[in-house]
Parts: sequence; C-alpha cells; structure tokens
Amino acid sequence: MYSKVTAADIAALQAIVGEQDVLTGEAINPDYAHDELGGVSQMPEVLVRVHSTEEISKIMRLAYARTIPVTVRGSGTGLVGAAVPIHGGILLETTKMNKILRLDEHNLTVTVQPGVLLMELAAFAEEHDFLYPPDPGEKSATIGGNISTNAGGMRAVKYGVTRDYVRSLTVVLPNGEIQTFGAAVAKNSSGYSLKDLIIGSEGTLAIICEAVLKLVPLPKVSVSLLVPFPDMKSAIEAVPHIIRSKVTPTAIEYMSRDTILFSESYLGKRFPDTKNDAYILLTFDGNTQTQVDTDMSVVADLCLQLGALDAYIVDTEERKKSVWSARGAFLEAIKASTTEMDECDVVVPGNQVDTFIKFTHELAAEFQVRIPSFGHAGDGNLHVYICRDALSDADWETTKAAIFDRMYAKSVELGGLVSGEHGIGYAKREFMKRQYGPTPVALMQGIKRVFDEKNILNPGKVCF
Amino acid sequence: MKILVCVKQVPGSNNVEVDPVTGVLKRSGIPSKINPYDLYAIETALTLAERFGGTVQTLTMGPPQAKAVILETVCMGASHGTVLTDRKFAGADVLATAYTISQGIRKCGDFDLILCGKQTTDGDTAQVGAEVAEYLALPNVSNVLSIEDCREGKLFLTASLDDRIVTQSVRLPCLISVDGDINTPRLPSYKIRKSLKEEDAVRFLTFADFDDQDPDHYGLTGSATQVERIFPPEKVAQKHTLQGDAAQQADQLYRLLLDKKML
Repeated sequence: MYSKVTAADIAALQAIVGEQDVLTGEAINPDYAHDELGGVSQMPEVLVRVHSTEEISKIMRLAYARTIPVTVRGSGTGLVGAAVPIHGGILLETTKMNKILRLDEHNLTVTVQPGVLLMELAAFAEEHDFLYPPDPGEKSATIGGNISTNAGGMRAVKYGVTRDYVRSLTVVLPNGEIQTFGAAVAKNSSGYSLKDLIIGSEGTLAIICEAVLKLVPLPKVSVSLLVPFPDMKSAIEAVPHIIRSKVTPTAIEYMSRDTILFSESYLGKRFPDTKNDAYILLTFDGNTQTQVDTDMSVVADLCLQLGALDAYIVDTEERKKSVWSARGAFLEAIKASTTEMDECDVVVPGNQVDTFIKFTHELAAEFQVRIPSFGHAGDGNLHVYICRDALSDADWETTKAAIFDRMYAKSVELGGLVSGEHGIGYAKREFMKRQYGPTPVALMQGIKRVFDEKNILNPGKVCF
Repeated sequence: MKILVCVKQVPGSNNVEVDPVTGVLKRSGIPSKINPYDLYAIETALTLAERFGGTVQTLTMGPPQAKAVILETVCMGASHGTVLTDRKFAGADVLATAYTISQGIRKCGDFDLILCGKQTTDGDTAQVGAEVAEYLALPNVSNVLSIEDCREGKLFLTASLDDRIVTQSVRLPCLISVDGDINTPRLPSYKIRKSLKEEDAVRFLTFADFDDQDPDHYGLTGSATQVERIFPPEKVAQKHTLQGDAAQQADQLYRLLLDKKML
C-alpha cells in the first residue's frame, strides 16, 4: 500500500523545489482536485510545482523510496480525469517548466519544456515562419499534456496528430532515473519505440521533462470554407466525397446550428451565418493563392453538387476569427448551456460518422436528453456531449451510464475506438477494457509494470 | 431604400511595414482586402435592405485592380458597384479623395442612404465619410452603433460620442459612418462568385465622366495637405507586476482594467 505524505516528506520536497512551491491543506486551490470534467475528484496530500528535470528526478527518487503515489498535472484541461490524484499523494505540476529552449532551423525542430502552452508554441513557431501542426481546440493545454494524450485536433486530416511531431522525449522514470527516448532524427528503426510508448500514456509510465518536436514550414496561404447544408445528414454524407476528391483539406469540421447558437450566447458574438441546420467548415493551406483557390473551388463545386446551399469564403484574418473563435469555444459553450455534462470522444472510420451521429440523435430522443455534438468529420473523431440539464443525481447517473454503454457499443460495431484524442484516464477505463478484451489489457498492464513496478506513477489510470 | 456603401481596398495584412527611408508602405507582394471597417457598413446596408426593402450598391476609388473589392461586395450581396479610377486621382489626400468620391456618387444616381466604415486600416484618418457628406450637402452622423428604425423618411439610430451615447433621428437622404464591431459581417458567397458576370457587376468611372472637369480639384494638386513623412508608430510594451496577496492583486488588476477602460 502507499505511504502517506509525512512532515519529513514535505521538508524534503521543500528542500528540492523551495518552500513557496510546496503547498498543503487549504493552501491548495480546490481546482487541483479535478480536471475540466466532473465525475472524479480528489485533493492531493501535497502540491509541488517543479522547475527542472533534476527536481523531478529527486522527487521521484523520494516517492519511489517511500512508495508515495505521484500524479503529474499540466494546465488541468483534461477531460477524462487523468490528472486527478485519486490516491492522494504528490500532485506534480509542470506549468512552471514553460520555456521554449531551442529552435533548430536546420533540423526543423523545437525543444520545449512540458509546461509550454500549445498557444505559446503555436505563436512562437509562426513568428519564425514555421507551423506546429497539431491543433487541439484547447489552446491553453500544455505540450506535456498534449503528448500524454496524443492530442489530435483540427488539422489531423492533413497533418496527423501529436505523435507524428514528437522526435524525442527526455523523461524521468518512476525510480528517478533520467532517460532520453528517440532522437532529433527523421528516421528511427532502432528497437522498440519507447518514445512512442510514452506518447499517449497519460502520465502512467514516465514524466515528460523535455520534448523535441518537429515543425513544418508555415504555409503562406490559408483559406477556410463554411459550407451550409439543409440538414446534418447531407452535410456528413458529403465528407467521404470530399476525401475521395484527392484534395486534402487541412481540416474538415462539422457543426450543427444548435451548437453554433450555444457558442453565440457563450461568446456574446454573432456567427456569420446561422440560417441553416448544419455546416461543414474546411480549411485549405498551401504556398500559393492559385493552388489554394483551385483546391477550394474543387471542394466548393463538389459540395454544391452534393446539396450544399452555398459555400462561404473565409479568407481574411477578421473572417477567420469570426468563424474559428466560435468553433474554438464549442466545448465551453455547451458546458455553459447545461448544469453538468459528460463527453464521449469516440473515433469511427470516416465513412461511419453519419451513422454514429444519427445514432446519438436517436438516443437523445429515446432518453429525453440533449446530446449536442461537433467534431472532426474528416478523421472520424466525434465529440458528443450528454447534457444533464434538470435531471436528478440518480437519474443523471443511470441515464449517462446507459447512454455511454450504447454509444461505445455502437462505436465498436462500426469499427471505432473509445477515444480519438482525449484519452482514457480514469473515466473511460471500463469502456476501453470492454472493447479490447483481456489480452491487450494484460499487455498494457505488463508494460506499466516494467516501467513502474511499484505502481506509484498516476496509479488507477488507463489500464488498471 | 437605395443604399450606397463606400469601400476601400487596403493591404491584406495588419502588419504592413513602412520603408524607413522612403516612408512608403511596403505593399509589394502583400495581398489586398476590403478595409475591415467597411464590412460592418456593408452588413448594415444589406440588413437594412432586407428589413425595409431596397437595393445596395458599392463604390470604391483606386487603381483598376480595386475592382476586386467591388466583386467581393457583390459576393456578399450588393447588386453591383463602381470603381473610380484615373491617374489624375492619384496622390489624393482626404480632402481630394472625399471630393472625388462625391463627384463619383453624383454620377451613380440618387441615394437615400450612403454608408461608410468608421475609418480605414491603412490611412486611419476617419475623415473621408464626413467630408463626402459635406460635399454632397447631406446630414451626417459618425460612429453609428445601431439603426433602430426607418420610417417617415428618417433613420432612428444610436451613435457614440466617445463619452456618451446619443439616440437620434436623421432625415434621409443622409450619410452615416458606422462604428467597428457593431455586427458580424456576412461571408462572401462562392455561389455568387461563380455565377457573376464581371461586366454586369463592376463599372468604371474616370475623370472624363465627372461634372467637374477642373483637374486641379483632384489628386495631388487638389490636395490641401502633403505627406511629409510616414513612419511606423513606436511599439511600446510595458510590463506591470502586481504585488501583494491574491485579494490585493485582484483589486489592483480590477483598478488597472477600469483605468484602461477595459471594464
């Protein structure tokens, strides 16, 4: 069993990071007990704000010797309870390790500490004429958190996900040992990819202390198209045709009128068009206006043939802001529209998106709850939200459980997976286990044991 | 209601550099766009026409390639537009620009309402609208925030006078300049862009089409002011660190935001 944090442990932690960055009891803000979604909550025994890899190493040596559980937390923007210290112990916050250390223009890489925010990295890259392609909606998430969940985002259709941009990781193992996995190289055929095991492991295998990330040259031109459809069915059905057209948009997002209206009321800002029931938002990027215009026209013509009512051109900074700021606020806007919500981040094969969305509408009617959704139509990753509204505690728990069961079963039936980009964390473990079955889960547990035989790093998450 | 919206083509990026030696904007290789403030005027015009009935056309002054912004306004819903273009118009200051535009408007017909944006993002003078009204002897209201009604030959509107808000009526015909951020401008339609015929959508007027044929009233020679030097504004970044405990810092932050009129 785990040891409780003692006064001697606190003194040791203070000696490592300084007194001001070791907090206990009421000095810890209650927000540290949870992430962005309800359902699981637990205060840590001690909150430690770290500044360097060496500090993390010393803390892990202490925790390992004393068998104290350690949970790593970035900005706390997760959606599955992965950063909640369910066994108490030490909550290790990385937000003070927020330096962009090096830009290597020869190898097109940037070296960052884990507490750098996604928006800071994106702005830094752009200032230097580069693009860091992963583009999850939550821009105030840390890069450490993005790597830990293998976050995807809106540009995944063309550019892939976080995993595709991690060249190497410097990590601290549960026993305090510092190791670097991977290298700043383009190819790697050198044994098992330990770096790739760390990516998406949600802080259960090692603590990310430094990351070398790949950049690409910043595309010179970028234009979006907002395409209105009379209904969600025709909007979603257009997506496979767009993908088959061989023009590769950077992003293909779908959104319903309802969700847009939530966002309008949340932001206090009107969206450029709300006359239609369903929209697809696409982005095209490239190095010349002609090339981008050609791609855009091919897709716009195709959409019009497939029943789109128009295709609105989003080509200036102001227009992009008016559309994308609303898209970026969808999660918070839906959250603000209800008393409580829970989410399902399934990913299904691209041609099954329509079937899955229709199924969520049927569930909403059957269970008499609101289930708004939005998501990445181009890569099959959907964000579906069950809204509690006026349900009682008991009704909320039973309804939510019943709907989740049905949705995850449907995703399995359609060839999908439990999570596209938010992770498994605490909340989705049973759904993942149910889908994978005993052997894959046993392999995951085995990997966890090899890294962390004392099970002190983020225990009770992902596969346990 | 017959509405005309004045628009301008400006550099597509907000970060256009000024050549420190010549003082000229480095426009080469930089794409152009409609002045963002004019989009609010276009949206206001299209909304008014939908609400009270009417037509919307647009007008710009600039080189022939400024037709791009007229085509864009047509894609947003205007019926057609006019480009005032002539080498004689080049180098105009705000006064000569306003005069040229007023001459152009006279040749486009009679309008119940002329709409302008608050200012441009390249010149930032915010004077042309009011001066056009003066040349056309029309009542003028600037910084209009909303138009509540149109009846009995009048517009009922709200405008900002910086330290106060006025609600007033103004008789038609008139010229108003709308404030920024008062609506969300609609997006240009690909469907219209694909179907429009350029010759129907844009017409060009030159010096030869105008009533006043005195070349000294236009361009550089018609300008009352001369630009001596253009230079980028000094960029000042200040860092202010708040001291004290959380409550004291929150209080200081509140006062700071209040002082800066951000609350």
